Amino acid sequence: MAKKNIDKNIFADALTQSFVKLAPRIQIKNPVMFVVYIGAILTTVLYVLSFAGLKDESGGYTLVIALVLWFTVLFANFAEAIAEGRGRAQADSLRGARKDVKTRKLKSASDTEVYTEVLSNTLKKGDIVYVKAGEQIPMDGEVIDGAASVDESAITGESAPVIRESGGDRSAVTGGTTLVSDWLIIEVTAEAGESFLDKMIAMVEGAARKKTPNEIALQILLVTLTIIFLVVSATLLPFSSFASRQAGAGSPISVTNVVALFVCLAPTTIGALLSSIGIAGMSRLNQANVLAMSGRAIEAAGDVDVLLLDKTGTITLGNRQASEFLPVHGVTELELADAAQLSSLADETAEGRSIVVLAKEKFGIRGRELSKLNATFVPFTAKTRMSGIDYQGNVVRKGAADAVKTFVQENKGQYSEQCEQIVRRVAGEGGTPLVVVKNNRVLGVVYLKDIVKKGVKERFEDLRKMGIKTIMITGDNPMTAAAIAAEAGVDDFLAEATPEAKLKLIRDYQAQGHLVAMTGDGTNDAPALAQADVAVAMNTGTQAAKEAGNMVDLDSNPTKLIDIVRIGKQLLMTRGSLTTFSVANDVAKYFAIIPVLFFGIYPQLAALNFMGLTSSRSAVLSAIIYNALIIVALIPLALKGVKYTELPAGKLLQKNLLIYDLGERAWIG
Amino acid sequence: MSIFIWQNLFFVVLLVGLSIPLGIYVYHVMIGKKVFLTPVLTPVEKGLYKLMGVRDEEEMNAKEYTLAILLFGLAGLIFLWLLQMLQGFLPFNPEGLKGPTWHLAFNTAASFVSNTNWQAYSGESTLSYLTQFLGLTVQNFVSAATGIAALFALIRGFILKQQNTIGNFWVDLMRTTLYVLIPLSLVIAIALVFQGVVQTFGPYRVSATLENGSAQILPLGPAASQIAIKQLGTNGGGFFGLNSAFPFENPTPFSNLIEVLSILLIPASLCVTFGKAVKDGRQGWAIYITMMIFFIAALILTTMSEQLFGPSFEGVASSGNMEGKEIIHGIGASSQWAVVTTAASNGSVNAMHDSLTPLGGLVPLFLMQLGEIVFGGVGSGLYGMLAFVLLTVFIAGLMVGRTPEYLGKKVEPFDMKMVCLIVLVPPLLTLLGTAAAVVMPQAVSWLTNSGAHGFSEILYAFTSMANNNGSAFAGFNANTVFTNVLGGIIMLLVRFIPMSAAVFLAGNMAKKKTVAVNEGRTF
Repeated sequence: MAKKNIDKNIFADALTQSFVKLAPRIQIKNPVMFVVYIGAILTTVLYVLSFAGLKDESGGYTLVIALVLWFTVLFANFAEAIAEGRGRAQADSLRGARKDVKTRKLKSASDTEVYTEVLSNTLKKGDIVYVKAGEQIPMDGEVIDGAASVDESAITGESAPVIRESGGDRSAVTGGTTLVSDWLIIEVTAEAGESFLDKMIAMVEGAARKKTPNEIALQILLVTLTIIFLVVSATLLPFSSFASRQAGAGSPISVTNVVALFVCLAPTTIGALLSSIGIAGMSRLNQANVLAMSGRAIEAAGDVDVLLLDKTGTITLGNRQASEFLPVHGVTELELADAAQLSSLADETAEGRSIVVLAKEKFGIRGRELSKLNATFVPFTAKTRMSGIDYQGNVVRKGAADAVKTFVQENKGQYSEQCEQIVRRVAGEGGTPLVVVKNNRVLGVVYLKDIVKKGVKERFEDLRKMGIKTIMITGDNPMTAAAIAAEAGVDDFLAEATPEAKLKLIRDYQAQGHLVAMTGDGTNDAPALAQADVAVAMNTGTQAAKEAGNMVDLDSNPTKLIDIVRIGKQLLMTRGSLTTFSVANDVAKYFAIIPVLFFGIYPQLAALNFMGLTSSRSAVLSAIIYNALIIVALIPLALKGVKYTELPAGKLLQKNLLIYDLGERAWIG
Repeated sequence: MSIFIWQNLFFVVLLVGLSIPLGIYVYHVMIGKKVFLTPVLTPVEKGLYKLMGVRDEEEMNAKEYTLAILLFGLAGLIFLWLLQMLQGFLPFNPEGLKGPTWHLAFNTAASFVSNTNWQAYSGESTLSYLTQFLGLTVQNFVSAATGIAALFALIRGFILKQQNTIGNFWVDLMRTTLYVLIPLSLVIAIALVFQGVVQTFGPYRVSATLENGSAQILPLGPAASQIAIKQLGTNGGGFFGLNSAFPFENPTPFSNLIEVLSILLIPASLCVTFGKAVKDGRQGWAIYITMMIFFIAALILTTMSEQLFGPSFEGVASSGNMEGKEIIHGIGASSQWAVVTTAASNGSVNAMHDSLTPLGGLVPLFLMQLGEIVFGGVGSGLYGMLAFVLLTVFIAGLMVGRTPEYLGKKVEPFDMKMVCLIVLVPPLLTLLGTAAAVVMPQAVSWLTNSGAHGFSEILYAFTSMANNNGSAFAGFNANTVFTNVLGGIIMLLVRFIPMSAAVFLAGNMAKKKTVAVNEGRTF
């Protein structure tokens, strides 16, 4: 219901805007429609002159032509207004979040007691503020102390609160979001008018929308066509007057008809819809909760042919899961499962929990209270690379194979040959082996598996058809990475990826002439993000990452990259298809009208009257009415975009040509 | 009818067969690779550079290249105008011809510098031998070479990566002339002399005719040397007023074959050169085949129209339309020539186009109005066609959802501007020129036909000039101040605006990186 109301508002607003946009300074921005606008004025003047007896056509006919031309201009305005309307509605709701609030400005981060209350719009870069639960974060910033859960629904639309804390990759906060719990000390990184929210509002409103190079190039083509058709139509005046004098029959073509003919020939369909297509593309991206910093970035997304995808979260489910217990000789699976479960009881990592779950599923081993066992938990450290527990004189450890091996050998134990074989096998299959050892006796291996997401393989297959190469980025060792890459069906992978290696990979592909897209969130991703052609920063990411990227994904979902490419391609395809449609349309109208206009001078041309038109007036009128209505009819297509399927370029061209060119001709014909 | 099919089939096979080796040869000349003439011509080439003060290893950017083209054209224009105006005082003038009017001299100079070779005069009654061989023949060579040089620049634009320069105009001009145009012309001129085309500095002869012994003046001159390059360089300006319909220019069926073949030889082989240069033969063939399809369709239409829709006199149908055609060439060779000469921007004729059937006359008009891209002028035809290719690629690229690219180069706003200039100028000038002519009150008095035919005469004239073709529908009195001046300006604009745009397009393309090849790539 509410949505319907919004739609109604947009509609009503667009109707008003159609008239507001009749102002010459707005019209002149769209050269094709501007000439139609001039034509409408010209025919109106002709109609007025007809009262003074100056007429080349009957006054009524001129009036009808003038009206249709005005409607053509209005329809074009309406198309643009309705595309902008959606963005404007979105911007209004964002503006609601951008309230000026009172905030505590601190003298120094160390003392939260000494503060002055100021309005958020007076904050400067580098100011330090203190925000408590229930308060709104006044401005974009970096958390320098504290941890809190933040409701970011005002921006992302996602109601579940997210954690923001100092240090690490989750330190960026956005003005306009609200603290749900705890407190934060924030260093302000943006000033009023240039905050993330401000940028977002400007983008969705289309205020900051600059014409993209591609759009400009198309505009040049359209202007060229317009000039040609303008001269073609205008020269018909001297030509027909010469011809009628020579033939001694008929009369020169009237100015009214020349104007009407021009409007029929000019690429008005695409001219009217061009800007709506661009705005709608941006708005589709916004609906996907991605914020592009420029229209150029969306178009670049359509051109991307190398996608760098993070393994975790994009290709595989977030975490590795235990899938098998593989005991060595002389140890039962139950014994291994029991020890592994014990060592993982206090392990809060996803891997640890999955071991507990697997042990319960397979053998019904229940959770045990550590305190009852009188056990002490030994947590994982980067140095030992093992975790486990000590209880009742027993020492249980699990960890990476080489770490456990060193541990066993240091304690003069026997590291079994068979265990090494299992470790190698698991790693070779793309799994992560965790060796479990109890009292210096190797029990066996827990097989941790990376679960490749459902459907990604097919997705990559589709991308490959379109000529897009997928590259998996992972910190895993090359062997594990290769196995997962094979399972997921990516074209290539970068194992043991460091920020430097990523940057180098992007540069290498770019040097070969590829356009590279990637996602990233950490500060160390920033150089690679800055280098990539399309760089999507996660909203949860650091300020540095967001600034380096040219898009921000508010949902922080790395899979989004593929959708972004789709939206980019769809935008370009809509533009191309409507251009082809428009031009095919013009050519068809040319052949429908020109012979009819010359009937009076050369009666023999009646042979070309395939459509059985009775007079030049009915021909011209039906053509310009069609010309106006087709704009309205195509608004939904311009807004929604043409249907998009993953096909190689050749097939895609064939398909779209059939629909938008031949289809058009068949229709007109 | 079948004789026409065999005649045209033979022509097409011969053309394709010859254009392949020539195309490869031209490619070698373009990149400066050693060819069989290198040992002989290198000293000449180097010597001439020294004389001209050209440093041949120096590369030019788009601006410098264009400036060189324009200055060279301007110098040619001034020289040619002066030469005509002063011919009465200069040697090699056995008939004692005085200089033409200033506007006719301007029109002729503009026409030959722009490779149009529109002729508002008759050679034998207007120009001295000196003007012909020092003025016109020279321009026949260098205007053709200028077109090819501009094409070379554009091709380099596609193959170079991140470069600011696109070659050296003087080197391209010199190599094209020395290695391609002069040797080919030499061979063809000798073949033509062998067939009976005149080549002499001697005065006109008077001979008694069978018609009661009345005297007839037989115009002579150094014709063969000019006719060879007139055909090869898609110039088309006849030595004599009647062009290749005149027996001293085109005496036998064999000479006719040589001449008509020479028109398309270089433009066709440049398609092969292009494919070779961009290291993708299919691209060259795609263009070649596209041109060929248009060409063959035009051949069929014109020949059929001339053969089948001849006039009928009081119910007695004639066998084809022989009006305005030479008996020696007949309907087949005349229709073929009409199509060839307008497909290429040649403009020489061996029959009167004014006397073609309506449909037969429409085809040449259409071929010219396409912008001279079906083979077109040497060099200019292909760069014009490439502009259309970029235009097509642009829309097609958008339809598959990518920023359009051609040969790995992205098509961006600046490129589109240049492409649009190349495409826009000819139709605009055709329309505006024709419109200007029909509003002139005297327009009717320039025509020999009335009605729609009269309008076609004007339209044909301006179409011919505004597309650098130069062929005439005849029937239109072009030697007036109005047409001479307007036409001269049109010919210069339509030649040098698109050519400069092509060079600037080349400069911009050369600066770009190349996009990698993959499935999603457009072309």
